[in-house]
Amino acid sequence: MVILHLAIILPFIFALLAPLLNRLLPRVHTGWLMLPVPVVLFAYMLSLIPVIREQGDLEGTIPWIPSLGVDFHVYADGLSLLFALLITGIGSLVLLYSIFYLDKNKEKLVHFYVYLMLFMGAMFGLVMSDNLMVLYSFWELTSISSFLLIAFWHKREKSRYGALKSMVITVFGGLAMFAGFLLLYVMTGTFSIREIMGDASAIANHALFIPAMLLILLGAFTKSAQFPFHIWLPDAMEAPTPVSAYLHSATMVKAGIYLVARMSPIFAGEALWLWLVSGLGLLTLVYGSYRALKQVDLKSMLAFSTISQLGLIMSLFGLGSAAALYTGTAQAEFYSKATMAAVFHLLNHAIFKGALFMVVGIVDHETGTRDIRKLGGLMSVMPITFTIAMIGSFSMAGIPPFNGFLSKEMFFTAMLNIRTMELFGMEAWGTLFPVIAWVASIFTFVYSMLLVFRTFGGKAQFDKLEKKPHEAPLGMLISPVVLATLVIVFGLFPNLASYSLIEPAMAAVHPGLLSPGEQFMVSISLWHGLTIELFMTIGVATVGILLFLMHKRTAVLNQPLFAKAILNRSYDGGMRMMERLSGAITRVYMTGSIRHYLIYIFVFLILAIGMTLFSEDALKVDTTGFADMTFYEAAILIALVLSSVSVLFVTSRLTAIILTGAVGYLVALFFVIFRAPDLALTQLSVETVSVALFLLCFYHLPKLKKELVSLRFKLGNFIIALGVGTIMTLVALSASGTRPFQSISHYFLENSYKLAGGKNVVNVILVDFRGFDTMFEIVVLGIASFGIYSMIRLKLKEDGAEGGSLKPGTALPLNGHKSNDVIFKTIAKLAIVIILGFSLYMFYMGHNHPGGGFIGALMASSALLLLGMSFGMKTVDRIMPISFQKLTAFGILIALLTGVGSFFFDAPFLSHAFGYFHIPLLGELELATATLFDLGVYLTVIGVAMTIIFTIGRDQ
Amino acid sequence: MELYMSLAIGVLFTVGVYLILSKSLLRIILGTSFITHGVHLLLLTMSRLKTGAAPLLGEQAESYVDPLPQALILTSIVISFGVTSFFIVLAYKAYQKLGTDDMEQLRGEQNE
Repeated sequence: MVILHLAIILPFIFALLAPLLNRLLPRVHTGWLMLPVPVVLFAYMLSLIPVIREQGDLEGTIPWIPSLGVDFHVYADGLSLLFALLITGIGSLVLLYSIFYLDKNKEKLVHFYVYLMLFMGAMFGLVMSDNLMVLYSFWELTSISSFLLIAFWHKREKSRYGALKSMVITVFGGLAMFAGFLLLYVMTGTFSIREIMGDASAIANHALFIPAMLLILLGAFTKSAQFPFHIWLPDAMEAPTPVSAYLHSATMVKAGIYLVARMSPIFAGEALWLWLVSGLGLLTLVYGSYRALKQVDLKSMLAFSTISQLGLIMSLFGLGSAAALYTGTAQAEFYSKATMAAVFHLLNHAIFKGALFMVVGIVDHETGTRDIRKLGGLMSVMPITFTIAMIGSFSMAGIPPFNGFLSKEMFFTAMLNIRTMELFGMEAWGTLFPVIAWVASIFTFVYSMLLVFRTFGGKAQFDKLEKKPHEAPLGMLISPVVLATLVIVFGLFPNLASYSLIEPAMAAVHPGLLSPGEQFMVSISLWHGLTIELFMTIGVATVGILLFLMHKRTAVLNQPLFAKAILNRSYDGGMRMMERLSGAITRVYMTGSIRHYLIYIFVFLILAIGMTLFSEDALKVDTTGFADMTFYEAAILIALVLSSVSVLFVTSRLTAIILTGAVGYLVALFFVIFRAPDLALTQLSVETVSVALFLLCFYHLPKLKKELVSLRFKLGNFIIALGVGTIMTLVALSASGTRPFQSISHYFLENSYKLAGGKNVVNVILVDFRGFDTMFEIVVLGIASFGIYSMIRLKLKEDGAEGGSLKPGTALPLNGHKSNDVIFKTIAKLAIVIILGFSLYMFYMGHNHPGGGFIGALMASSALLLLGMSFGMKTVDRIMPISFQKLTAFGILIALLTGVGSFFFDAPFLSHAFGYFHIPLLGELELATATLFDLGVYLTVIGVAMTIIFTIGRDQ
Repeated sequence: MELYMSLAIGVLFTVGVYLILSKSLLRIILGTSFITHGVHLLLLTMSRLKTGAAPLLGEQAESYVDPLPQALILTSIVISFGVTSFFIVLAYKAYQKLGTDDMEQLRGEQNE
């Protein structure tokens, strides 16, 4: 485990702690409590820059599911580091901004910051993971936290719609990507990205190579909102603005770009990769910038702007992959310029777009609207905000001396370079690239100007606003001012970033291009002579200013697109159709009738078992060694069958209950015949208690009516019932003829005494060999008894609340029977003592003779039941002044502690020990911890049985 | 004996399933009891019957019957006691509250 692991886990820990911290310090804005996390991580990441440059990449691993090749392997190289710095750096600023943006008294801050920390940790983990499965887990976690954050104001219908849309689209892509990762695993046998890179040349001609690539790209394109999957991003703007600035502009939407960059060493060199990534990126660039032009809502404008800028970066990474084709030649460096531009623009975009989002948030916060038709003239009242907006927009438009100008020039260079490529059909189509890039840049220029001057310039129309606008509070301005300063700093001194951030990231994207010790040449300068790029920029600015000035008169540009785009319509329609379809299908079989559900189960059972029996040829009956049957046994069998069948025809409750009880007792007789004394004892006690229970409930149970149902209903039921019965008979018979593997029973017979010191093998299996099962069994019993208790008590409470007086009419007598039943009482007294004594004996002897915790406890319960019946429940309460619910819990506790006790002897849970001791008078005595465990079982079962009976008995 | 036991198991299952598919809650509860009995006998029968002494090593017999199904059945008996009691209480509470024990009337709403 390295510090990196801790760094990834830190935000998650704070997400967990947030509610607690908030409780401890209720007066402090939760944001302040969370702020240290990104700040500390950012500082740590900064300190890693020289470490990675000098000592190489950091890595460390924690095994997670080693058998599947899934390990929590972290790997920090230049690319991860760049992203990590963005995540923590922008994260710190956004957090600071959010403290002033979100009102402590109005918003559910804890929720917000839990989601935000969740996202931060997930995103951080995503860029640090080397293992594809871990990466995928973090990837989906970012989608989920994004969903939660978009729906933060979940009372707004649009928020929920936007959240769902983003989730559906990104998770769809995520699943495709998952499939792609699995294909990579199939080809290489590893989930480690670095190992797959090593195999890249070997798998390039594999049949699954292209499918894997397409699936992974689908994940990247949906996440990074590339055309036509971009439709979720504008709707995601319903999130609070800090979220939009952070997730939907600076970090999460760049995860797709990260993936493309990360996978580039594997897929670069493939024509389809180059064309798809750069082509779709370019299309997204021009489409997004054109749509941004038409928006009237500032955030929508920024959303489309983000889409187009993501497209720009995407296309640059696509073009950069061309370098892999020229490994070892001078041209490699030439084409890798695109990657350099991509990395630099990635950084720049995060900075200026972050600032712009914060500006829009301020405008929204201070004026109450984001509609540019209502805004205008804010320059005079919000001078600082205006300055920041201007710096950000000019940078986005590509005007010197801001950082956006530099990366835009580099973008033009890359676009121009690709014309010279003579592979993959570039010689024919390459010229299109700079042309499209140029057109898109004009659109970008125009909407950047619109953004600033429609909001801050022009005539003031404050009467249209909800609030009287004024400058934002200082705290809200800090973060955007920092970002705007960075825009200028990176614009004037780009080389601050060139070897600290850009070169290491490039080296990570093009691992094969450099021989060890070499570096990419990264030199960026404001002035680089009278180049084509400069003339392109001048052209962009000229045409852009003209368009901006004519904007109001150019109807095509001015008209906002009110009609929903085709893509959105098809998304909505598709969702509606799927909902309707799945609803219709579900309604066909989910009828709400329990009988139908049971029929599905039974029919499936018949088919599944029947077909298996048939296909495995298991229908062999081997009658050799079948036991013979005596007359006595035959008589019991006939009685069993007769009483079973007659239950079907009786119409009286009492008869039905007694017949069922009779079947139970007959089964107990079979247990005796089949040499199962423990079972017989248990069955007899359970049957006794059960019949008593049925009779206690007797008054409450409805009368058995003769069911007035159609013959078809009966016949259908009968056929299914007969089918199940037949299948079970066949299973029983085929078990005699086929034995595909050796039974494990002899192990228990051989080792019961040797290992566990008990002679009653059944009891030893229960308390020792399979003690864990037994422990859960008594827990289940406890849950059932508490369920019964609360069901009945709940009712009583409700009635009490309604004001009705409780009638003391109980099924069990409170003070004993009023009638003169001296004989019953006298005999009962004697019987109770005998049964209780016998119960203790049974319990103690269980390890070696028939008996044990279950049997002893059931007998004791029968004795207590008898006591309650003859002397009244008050007597029971007086003699045993304990709560049976507590007894249940106590029993489970003893069993649990016995299990835990074995930890003290460095043994696994529930290991038992035993020994023989010589005690005067009593002679040789065996003491085993298993007996202690059995005591737990004993107490639990008494508690459960008595809780059930007395709760029902007390109920009116 | 195994042959006849298998047939009896079939009968127990048939009765149990038929009861479970009926409309009355009480019949359904009784049906689960029948299926439980059927399962217990099925487990015993599958490991062959009367192949030796009871699995108590104190008997010092040549061979013993299979202890494993017995341990399984013992667990099952106790659990089914808990489940049956729960069912009974659920049934009569539902009857008290809703005034019917007809499953067709207790079914969930259409389009729910």
